Amino acid sequence: MIKSKKYIAATAIAFATVACTGFAASSDITVAMQLEPPHLDPTSAAAGAIDSVLYSNVFEGLTRFASDGAIVAGLAKSWDISQDGTEYTFHLRSGVQFHDGTRMDAEDVKFSLDRARAEDSTNAQKALFSGIADVAVVDSTTVKITLDKPNGSFLFNMAWGDAVIVAAESIEDIKTNPVGTGAFIFQNWVQGDRIELARNDNYWGSAPALESATFKFISDPTAAFAAVMAQDVDVFTSFPAPENLPQFEADPRFQVLEGSTEGETILSTNNKMPPLDNVKVRKAIAHAIDRQAIIDGAMFGYGTPIGTHFAPHHPDYVDLTSNSQHDPELAKKLLAEAGFPNGFETTLKLPPPSYARRGGEIIASQLRAVGIQAEISNLEWAQWLEQVFRGNDYGLTIVSHTEPMDIGIYARPDYYFQYDNPEFQSLITDLNATTDTEMRSEMLKKAQNIISKDYVNGYLFELAFTTVADAKVRGLWKNAPTQATDLTGVSWSD
Amino acid sequence: MMKYRSLIAGACLSLIVLIAAAFSFAWIPYDITQLSIPDKLQTPNWNHWLGTDHFGRDILSMIMVGARTSLAVALLAVGIGMGIGVPLGLAAAAGRGAFIDEVIMRTNDLIFAFPSLVIAILITALFGAGAMNAIVAIGVFNIPVFARVSRGAALSLWQKEFILAARVSGKSKLRISAEHILPNLTNLLIVQGTIQFSLGILAEAGLSYVGLGAQPPTPSWGRMLADAQTMVSFAPHLALIPGSAIILTVLGLNLMGDGLRDALDPKLRKSRQ
Repeated sequence: MIKSKKYIAATAIAFATVACTGFAASSDITVAMQLEPPHLDPTSAAAGAIDSVLYSNVFEGLTRFASDGAIVAGLAKSWDISQDGTEYTFHLRSGVQFHDGTRMDAEDVKFSLDRARAEDSTNAQKALFSGIADVAVVDSTTVKITLDKPNGSFLFNMAWGDAVIVAAESIEDIKTNPVGTGAFIFQNWVQGDRIELARNDNYWGSAPALESATFKFISDPTAAFAAVMAQDVDVFTSFPAPENLPQFEADPRFQVLEGSTEGETILSTNNKMPPLDNVKVRKAIAHAIDRQAIIDGAMFGYGTPIGTHFAPHHPDYVDLTSNSQHDPELAKKLLAEAGFPNGFETTLKLPPPSYARRGGEIIASQLRAVGIQAEISNLEWAQWLEQVFRGNDYGLTIVSHTEPMDIGIYARPDYYFQYDNPEFQSLITDLNATTDTEMRSEMLKKAQNIISKDYVNGYLFELAFTTVADAKVRGLWKNAPTQATDLTGVSWSD
Repeated sequence: MMKYRSLIAGACLSLIVLIAAAFSFAWIPYDITQLSIPDKLQTPNWNHWLGTDHFGRDILSMIMVGARTSLAVALLAVGIGMGIGVPLGLAAAAGRGAFIDEVIMRTNDLIFAFPSLVIAILITALFGAGAMNAIVAIGVFNIPVFARVSRGAALSLWQKEFILAARVSGKSKLRISAEHILPNLTNLLIVQGTIQFSLGILAEAGLSYVGLGAQPPTPSWGRMLADAQTMVSFAPHLALIPGSAIILTVLGLNLMGDGLRDALDPKLRKSRQ
């Protein structure tokens, strides 16, 4: 009798286990990505990996990016803009709770924005908040924000991951225990391996289909390939080895989503380092480069050529690739005119991503063909940030600028391009003060033209956003209008 | 003839690599500084005997020039090890038991205790990646090997009658080391040098594999392997060819080292006859 009882118990457990795994397949998901966040506070670091995990899943802002890049309502359900464009009155959704059970109200919005724009703020995108003169609480669900001058991109600015709403009650531990208002609650972070999220049953919006989600961090491209092939992960966003994508495409177990990013991949040039301070030399470099060879050779065909620092899928984009057509003879002529008939030597410092390492070898070979000797050195990210980004100790480098609408960086003479053009700077100042859509569009086009004609950097291609996923996963973002892995609309097809 | 077969096989393999490397100075099938993306990832064919890599470069040309890199780095590293290690070993043997012996040999023990490739990675990471630093990093770890080998052999020589005769005739320790001990170590050093040479090639490939050896566009076998890593599943020749080059070279040098030891060792020579 005892024996049979044991048997029944064992069978029951076995059945329960089977039932659980069968059930789990359709309610949880494992998403892999290459970079692990350094900590979990999106409002105090530039690391895009933080947003890749937390944006929209855990943290939300007043407005938000939709999957097509449009700005839609977030925690604010609607807003009124005063006639002169300097007063924004946001009407918040009622009944929104933070994950710790406290209410999200106008005080939290004021706290978040005041914290971000404060003197001692560590926000990585302080420029987003620079125009805010005052944040006033009207009542518990109404906030009035006063700007010192009209700002046409204010709603866009408020959608960034750096502008999400946080609570004073939980700000202390935000770096290890992020508490937001999103559809998923942070559970656990095993550093070096994974972050676990669980569904928020008190979510204000429509409940997500997934019960739990795990983000895994796999930096090595070979390991990434193996993890997807073995189906250890269900989704891999920004898959690091484009050469492996055709294999996934051919495999019925997987789907490959190819979309756009906001990542302008450029040959950044130190505009103050001779001889690169000479526009003719920079123009020669631009004409020495064959973009298509780089896209085919480094990215295996994934990527769109660009001729300026602007995303090609944006309505205001101007195709300026003709300013820098591949023309080695013209490049040689320009070098001779600039006083370098036999070329010159410079450095080409490359960060780890394959677009930079492979693209660098191709560019070095193309530059060599016109007489420019670019000495390659491969750097780790920390070295790159120190030497190139902060130290300005470089001639050329390759990097992808992934922030959306970031042409304004060219108006910063201290930025690592070292590009100092007062005309461009005043144009950007005017642009920021303009709310009229058509005028803004004209100004953006003018800005694109200026940097293209000044050959500030070599403009290579717009990075493609490639996601490999299990064929049964639905609702993933195809494009990456901002760095995010929004799981609120993700489900399994069976 | 039969008793030298490993020597002959090893010498043949090593000679092929040496000739390929030397020949590459004069002529290679294709210019490897020119990338040709449209020709990428070809399998071996009549135009490209070993196929092309992901940049459309001819792999045979890459292997030939890569052999140059490997041999040069390994040779200079062995040179550093021998040049510094042997005099140290001789000095330690000459001053047997004295302070100098202790200092030299304990320092050697210390260097020996470190995992060599890991320290080589540390050195190149600190002083920058590149062929020169790789040579120094690998060379440093050859020093204790040569110091130990030469000290051990020199110690037994110091007991020999002809050395005693030299001492009695008033020669200084320095002169005896240089004129009598060193010549008698030649065979030993050739054998040890060959083995260290093969280890040097492996170490160079390892450093290049992690990106700390010769920097692009200088081709190196280790980096060819690293570049091929994500493409193994659809273009296995990219990894197989440089991998085979490394294996055959190291195998050849090891066989040659073993063969040389057998051939040059008078005791073994006698016992075989």
